[in-house]
Amino acid sequence: MSDAEEILVPLDSLAVALGADEIASAFFDADFNVVRTGSRGMHWLEPLVEVEKEGSRIGFGPIDPDDVAPLIDAIKSGDFAAHPKHLGAIEAMDWMKAQRRLIFARCGVIDPLSLADYENAGGLLALKKAAMMTPDALCAEVMQSGLRGRGGAGFPAGIKWKTVAGADADQKYVVCNADEGDSGTFADRMIMEGDPFLLIEGMAIAGLAVGATRGFIYLRSEYPIAERVLSEAIRLAYNEDVLGFDVLGSGKRFDLELFIGAGAYICGEETSLLNSLEGKRGEVRAKPPLPALEGLFGKPTLVHNVLSLCAVPAIIVDGGKAYAAIGVGKSSGTMPFQLSGDVRHSGLYEAPFGLTLRDLVEKIGGGTRSGKNIRAIQIGGPLGAYLPPSKFDTAIDYEAMIAIGAGVGHGGVVVYNEEVDLLEQARYAFEFCAEESCGKCTPCRIGAVRGVEVIDRIKHGEDHAKNMGVLADLCELMIDGSLCAMGGMTPIPVQSALNHFPEDFAFPSKKRTFGAGAEKTP
Amino acid sequence: MRPYVGRAGGLISALRAVQAEIGYLPSETEGAAATAFNLTRAEVKGVISFYADFVRKPKGETVIRLCAAEACQAQGSRMLEKEVCRRLAIEPGKTSASGDLTLEHVFCLGLCSAGPAAMIDGVLMAKASPEKIVSGFEATKELKK
Ligand SMILES: Cc1cc2nc3c(=O)[nH]c(=O)nc-3n(C[C@H](O)[C@H](O)[C@H](O)COP(=O)(O)O)c2cc1C
Ligand code: SF4
Ligand code: FES
Repeated sequence: MSDAEEILVPLDSLAVALGADEIASAFFDADFNVVRTGSRGMHWLEPLVEVEKEGSRIGFGPIDPDDVAPLIDAIKSGDFAAHPKHLGAIEAMDWMKAQRRLIFARCGVIDPLSLADYENAGGLLALKKAAMMTPDALCAEVMQSGLRGRGGAGFPAGIKWKTVAGADADQKYVVCNADEGDSGTFADRMIMEGDPFLLIEGMAIAGLAVGATRGFIYLRSEYPIAERVLSEAIRLAYNEDVLGFDVLGSGKRFDLELFIGAGAYICGEETSLLNSLEGKRGEVRAKPPLPALEGLFGKPTLVHNVLSLCAVPAIIVDGGKAYAAIGVGKSSGTMPFQLSGDVRHSGLYEAPFGLTLRDLVEKIGGGTRSGKNIRAIQIGGPLGAYLPPSKFDTAIDYEAMIAIGAGVGHGGVVVYNEEVDLLEQARYAFEFCAEESCGKCTPCRIGAVRGVEVIDRIKHGEDHAKNMGVLADLCELMIDGSLCAMGGMTPIPVQSALNHFPEDFAFPSKKRTFGAGAEKTP
Repeated sequence: MRPYVGRAGGLISALRAVQAEIGYLPSETEGAAATAFNLTRAEVKGVISFYADFVRKPKGETVIRLCAAEACQAQGSRMLEKEVCRRLAIEPGKTSASGDLTLEHVFCLGLCSAGPAAMIDGVLMAKASPEKIVSGFEATKELKK
């Protein structure tokens, strides 16, 4: 065997769930030098195996156990193209070439648990720079970048940083929201598994900027591989003084701890998350006070989504102005879009804001995997809108989405084919809310249960017209009377389904009464 | 309990540790946690009941979790669940009479791009099918023998 052969196999959950561990062991047993990496985000090709050849990475995928022996032959003979799963140079693939990877630049490229690899690929430059900047200057860069929160609400990060920085307290905190509960989203998971030092670096910079000496990552329990990678990365970062009492020799302290949640969607809501991090029931707190002023244990706390924090290093290295120049209008920078559902090219695609839904779903996503027609997409997780193809020419940016009654959320787009029954999806939105409500306010706790009942009556044609009215009123009540967006935004998927797909709420419904769709919602 | 006292979220981490060890939270845990964390028993109970991960009764020897969230629905998870229930003669949220299996829902495992997703005793499975789940279950059972 020539010495060029280093085999890269993802350790990413998705790749592992498709058999990547077995593939890695097979190469290991054949005496290859196997390096486990993050995923490139081309999930329809996972497990995707890469071989380094003359400075370029050649991809093969999706690799089944049966493909390994022939792949070893191809590698040994040097005739890579002879293998049926040969994809050519990864960086030359259309899907990769057309992206603008600011956050995911290193994901799938480096060994996520090698701090040396991280540094060689541009890591820690930002933290070194930040250590020499004043907190004011750091906050000013973030303000100028126009970065908005990637967790769902899209609130300007700079304002939050200034608020926490300006608060006077003996202890402040930076809390990373890694609860990623939205269906159809996995960008947080991927970056934590594929480039954990990026998150650590972003959090340390945030700590320096707002004057917080302690940080927490609140990770959902459904992500065991991310847990393993992050705990190891934190340990390595302490060893090399990236974390601890003297961050990179700056004389400033930043300690970081990983906390694992216990299975509650509502704990993604920031005040619920803080209660949970205090060891309590994850009930939502009324705002004000803002967490930026009275957060964890009553102290000023900067709460950010994983992706918001991961955007910070690039902002510090290249400057807020350069970041603001990417994207459109008030939606600056890039967004790692996550494509799932019935879509051919599913996975993660990072691009500046401003591409259209059609670009994303049809051009990049390649339409449905099943070959059926697209009937709807849902953008922005369980509290996001269902949209029909007639809305697909809308640009994906915060304002344009709001204008059509939708939201970017955490960047997840789920594609549904023609078999989808939007009444069932609306019912599910209530069901989910009923199950995951923190129970603090009546419109949400009781409203969601009522929602399921009303939709069942509509489905069975009981007092149809009357119940359609009840449904509309119920949505209004939840919007007006809920303490947080769980109850307040559950009506979004429901109302969007009603508005764009009224035929599914008719009785009798074509979908359920006749044809193949009867009781066969995908 | 002791290592968790005084730490952020200590009670939750302590309960996680107990459950990881013995598979559920017996009622003795409530008293022990209340004493260790200087809380009332009712407060501890309140925390346990809030979080889906915590259970007060043992589960089946093998736990299959099926993703019930939207992206998996768009990839046939509703049909998958019906078929898995039929083949394994079980209902969602239930434990089999012999105690060999618990079937649960989970809302998103972050594998949405290759659904439907499932987890068998903590092992992730993407592109799940009835065949893959049944054979995964059999294999897991076999391993435990
Ligand atoms: C029901 C609900 C669930 C949420 N889930 C998450 C989540 O899983 N991850 C996240 O980052 N933000 C989530 N959020 C948003 C957070 O409340 C908060 O806005 C965010 O963590 C702030 O960080 P950002 O400014 O970086 O977006 C959720 C909000 C609500 C109402
Ligand atoms: S809207 Fe629902 S989740 Fe939010 S505080 Fe009220 S009951 Fe809790
Ligand atoms: S929706 Fe099933 S894994 Fe995300």
